[in-house]
Formats: sequence, C-alpha cells, structure tokens
Amino acid sequence: MCLAVPGKVVAIDDSADPLTGLVDFGGVQKQACLEYVSDVRVGEYVIVHVGFALQRLDEESALASLKLFEELGLLEEEFGDAWEQAEKEAGTA
Amino acid sequence: MKYIDEFNDPELARRLLDEIRATATRPWALMEVCGGQTHSIIRHGIDQLLPEQVELIHGPGCPVCVTPLEVIDKALEIASRPGVIFCSFGDMLRVPGTDRDLFRVKGEGGDVRVVYSPLDALELARRNPDREVVFFAIGFETTAPANAMAVHQARRLGLSNFSLLVSHVRVPPAVEAIMTAPECRVQGFLAAGHVCSVMGMAEYPELAERFRVPMVVTGFEPLDILEGIRRAVRQLERGEHRVENAYPRAVREEGNPAAVRMIEEVFEVTDRSWRGIGRIPASGWRLTDAFRAYDAEHRFDVGGIRTEEPAECRAGEVLQGLIKPTECAAFGTTCTPRTPLGATMVSSEGACAAYYLYRRMNAPAPQAGGGAQQEEVAPVA
Ligand code: SF4
Repeated sequence: MCLAVPGKVVAIDDSADPLTGLVDFGGVQKQACLEYVSDVRVGEYVIVHVGFALQRLDEESALASLKLFEELGLLEEEFGDAWEQAEKEAGTA
Repeated sequence: MKYIDEFNDPELARRLLDEIRATATRPWALMEVCGGQTHSIIRHGIDQLLPEQVELIHGPGCPVCVTPLEVIDKALEIASRPGVIFCSFGDMLRVPGTDRDLFRVKGEGGDVRVVYSPLDALELARRNPDREVVFFAIGFETTAPANAMAVHQARRLGLSNFSLLVSHVRVPPAVEAIMTAPECRVQGFLAAGHVCSVMGMAEYPELAERFRVPMVVTGFEPLDILEGIRRAVRQLERGEHRVENAYPRAVREEGNPAAVRMIEEVFEVTDRSWRGIGRIPASGWRLTDAFRAYDAEHRFDVGGIRTEEPAECRAGEVLQGLIKPTECAAFGTTCTPRTPLGATMVSSEGACAAYYLYRRMNAPAPQAGGGAQQEEVAPVA
C-alpha cells in the first residue's frame, strides 16, 4: 500500500465533490480523488497513492516508472485481489 | 556485474555506481527510511552492487510493520463485532496480532473487506446505513491526506456510521529517535520521496543541521536510489550536511499545500508507539477534538487492550537498523512469509520479507516441516 503509482488522467468529473477523475495505470483504470491537484487536466500524469493524486509527474518519468512496476509485478500487487494473495501466502489457497 | 542488467537503464546505473565508487574514500552508513526503497534495494541487489565502504541500513518506513500489536488487537476485536464492516488495505490481512490476524477473523465470520482507498470504505458506509463501517487508517504522511479527506467527507455527508481506527505515524520524529539512540551508526539519510511529495522539505533542514547528517530526498526506483546514494556520499566526503532533493519530478519544496491543510484540519500531532520500537514523542497523528466522534477507539471502547510482543521477534531492532533480518534466529526457520512472527515478515515493504524473498541464498536452511515454501518465489539473482 505504500506504493504511489503514476497514472494518466483520462477523464475528470467536474461535478464530483471532492473532485474525482478516471486514471489509467498502464491499462488498469481506477477512479482517483483529484482534489489535491485540482488544476490537473485530462492527459496529464499524476502520482496516485491509495486513490488520491498527490503530485503531477511528467510523461516520460511516469511511463518509465509504470514499465518498471509492471515488470516487477508491483501493479498486480497493488491492484490485484488481496484475498487471493493472502490465501496464497497463508498456504490455504 | 550481478543484477545490473535488471535496471531500466543499466548504462546509467553503471555510471552512477562508478561515481559512487570513485567518491567514497571512507566507510559511510546511510539509512533509507522508506520500506518501498528497502524493497527496491534488496530486489535489485543495490546493497551488493555498492562499494564496500557504503553500507545501507534499513529504516522503519513501513507503515504495516510499525503498527503496534496493541492496535492490531484492537482492529481484530472491532472486526469481530456483529454489525461491523471492517475495511483495510490488503497488506494488513496477515499481520499477526496476539493470537490471530484479520484473515482469520474473516474466516471466523467477521465482515472484513479489502479496499483500495479510504473513499471506498466511505462509500460502503453510505450504502450500508444500518452497519458500522470502520476503516483501518494506518500509514505515514503519504496516506494521511486520503484518510483526512475520508473523515472530512463523512462529516460533510452526515454519515454517523463511519469511523477510523487511526494509527498514523510521522517520519521526522522517527529520524530524531534513530539519531539519538546510543547505538546509532547512521551518518546520512535517504529521505522518503513520496512523504515529501505531500509534506515538502521544510521539516528536514533543522534535523540535518542538529545531527549533522546529509538528508537526500530520494525516489524508490533503482536509479533514484543510486542517485540519492551518490549525492549523500558526495556530501559526506565533503563534510557537508544539507537537505537535497534528488527526486524533483515528484517533490516540490513546499510539498502539496492543499493536502497538508486537510491533514492539519483533521489531525493533530500525538505521541505514538511503534511496533518493536516503543513510544516516540510527537511521532503520530490522531483525530482532533472536532473529529473525535469518528474515532473507532472511542466508539468501540477498545482503549483497554494492552499486549506484549513475542520475545523471539527482533523486528524492533531490524526497524531501527541495528541488525539485519538474517541475524534474527527465527529468520527463515520459525518465521517465514507463510508463518510470520512479526509484521516485517508480512508486509511487502518489510525488511524481513524482502530478505526472505530475494536473499534466500543467505537464509538458514528451513527445518523439516517448518513450512518454508521458498520455491514459489523466483529469486532475482
Ligand atoms: S525474521 Fe521474523 S521473527 Fe525475526 S525479526 Fe523478522 S519478523 Fe521478527
């Protein structure tokens, strides 16, 4: 959960309070709270932690991080099924 | 060179390593504070690529690892109550309490749910007005803006069935505790990048000055870490102790002021116990009086729970950088990710788990029937 993952803002819901948008993390799309980066635009990259965008990031660094996270299996860890993972770890799966 | 081809830019990694090697003329000990950095370091073998003079000491920056046993037991107690939906991040499921974990509570019929964000827990509260929804609010400064927003929204929406079990911790007091410990060997810090994305860098110059240690704000990708080390070593060799930002693409001097304002509205600084380490003054946050109604400890009256940690687990020393996980007698024998004794063996950011997963070649051979199923995890080397 400590991971902060870069993603691309693909849609913004201006009517939502707090401000919310759809963020794409290398194919996985999730809603994120954009209130702390409230002037962000569609197409920009942000660093998202537990569903909250915390800072903007340039595209080049964002894509490099995402590629690395994917290679390391960290995206699966962050967005995959936690129960499945816990069962596997506990040896009960 | 072992490991280095795994870097996303092996050429740049090689250059950084050459420069560190050329700069370091004496032994230096640096602490990386963030558990994500520890994981990255062990996974990529960065500690083994560094010249002998430069030693990395792993710090306490894993929120799952430092959450006190007492709070885990409170979580287990609340999660077992009828009518409660207990929400947590997935990493907390297998953190051992005194006699079980959240995973077991769920097996015994408790309604434990994994959420990705505290706002998901808030949504559950909205949809289940007849249930009490409790969110396990752990984390460092990076997670605090999210938890602060969740409780702020709960009040705004008039949701009275939502509360937080808060166990928030702050980095700067931990740095101070580490530096004032008599056994401390740390000479410089790689400060946690994403904590600084939120809080900025204002809290660090005073610490760097007082303890005369360089503090380099560092990201947690392998190249970020090498760059952080390069800058810290360069300062040490020059006799400097400044705060430097080696992660400018995600960290601004002022952090994220909107997020800090929200934290300050909802939380106030308090003393906190860290698992295995003990009480550190001013090292945590709790809800302010205005938000006390959303504090699960009050709502469920679990204030009386007191616990003792298992004596054989040396996670406290691991978290303070006093020993390496492999120096713990239980490491890889009675304590494995499948049968963890301490949280540092559970969390993906825990030092013991990182060593177990990527350094198994150095682990003592698992005892027969010890349950160590190491073959499931592919080593990096
Ligand atoms: S190896 Fe296990 S018992 Fe030893 S310090 Fe780490 S978590 Fe505790």
